[in-house]
Amino acid sequence: MLRFFHQLGSPKHFYRIAGRWIPWLAAACAALMLIGLYQGMVVAPPDYQQGDSYRIMFIHVPSAWMSLFIYIVMAVAGAIGLIWHMKLAEVIAISSAPIGASFTFLALVTGSIWGKPMWGAWWVWDARLTSELILLFLYLGVMALYSAVEDKRTAARATAILAIVGVVNIPIIHYSVEWWNTLHQGPTVTKFGAPSIDLRMLIPLLVMAVAFKLFYAMVVLMRARVEVLQRERNAQWVRELVDIS
Amino acid sequence: MTLQEFFHMGGYAVYVWSSYAIALVVLVANVVAPILQRRKLFVQLARRQRRERRES
Repeated sequence: MLRFFHQLGSPKHFYRIAGRWIPWLAAACAALMLIGLYQGMVVAPPDYQQGDSYRIMFIHVPSAWMSLFIYIVMAVAGAIGLIWHMKLAEVIAISSAPIGASFTFLALVTGSIWGKPMWGAWWVWDARLTSELILLFLYLGVMALYSAVEDKRTAARATAILAIVGVVNIPIIHYSVEWWNTLHQGPTVTKFGAPSIDLRMLIPLLVMAVAFKLFYAMVVLMRARVEVLQRERNAQWVRELVDIS
Repeated sequence: MTLQEFFHMGGYAVYVWSSYAIALVVLVANVVAPILQRRKLFVQLARRQRRERRES
C-alpha cells in the first residue's frame, strides 16, 4: 500500500496507472448513466406539481453537486501542493478547474431552462443562483490566473491560494436556500430524517450522482496525464514515449 | 407509455430535451478536449525530438 502511494507520487508511474484506470472508470460511468437515465426518464412517475419538467433534475442536481465537490477537491489538492510541494496535487488541482467550470455552467444552464416553465423566468437574482454564478467566476479566475503566469510551479501556488480563499463561497451556496428566502426550492434529499422525495425519483438521482462522480474521476485523470506530460517534457521517459508513438 | 408520450414529456419536451442535449455536449467536450490536447502535445514533442536529432 505504501509502495503504491509512493509510486503514485512519481509522474511516470502516475501516468501509467492513470492510463490503466481510465477505461474501467469510463465503463462503470457509462453503465451507471444508462441505468440512471432509464430509471429516471422511463420508470419514475411524473411529479404531482411539476409534471415531467422535473426530469431535468437528473442532470441539474448531480451537476450542481459536482460543481461544489470539484471545487473542494481543487482547493484541498491545491493546499496539499502548497504545503507539501507535491507536484501531483498541483496537477490534480489545476486539471479540476475546467471540469468544475463546465459542471457549474451545466448546473446554471439546466437550472435556467427548468426555471423558465416553473418560475416564469430564465434568471432571478436569488441567493442560490447568484452564489453559484460567483462559483463559475471563481473557476474561470483560477484558470485565467494559471495560464497567465509563465512559470507553472509559481502559477500553481498562486491559483491554490485563490482556490482556498474561494472556499468561503461553498457553504454560502449550500445554505443559501435556508439563510435567505429564495425562489430556488429547499433541500429535499439531504434533509434530516426521511428525504421528502419519492424513492423512484431518489434512486435514479443518486445513481446519476455517482455516475457524474466517476465521470469526473475519469476526465480529471485524462487531463492530469496531459499536464504531467507537459511538465515532464524533458524527462527521458516522455522522450521514449514520444518515440514509440 | 408510448414512444410518442416519452418524447412529448408531458408538454415540457423543449425544456427537458434541450437540457439533456446541452448536458451531452458538455460531457462529450470534457472527454474530447484532453484527447486532442494529448495528440497535439505528442505531435509537438515528436517534432522537437526530430529537430534535436538532426542538429546533433
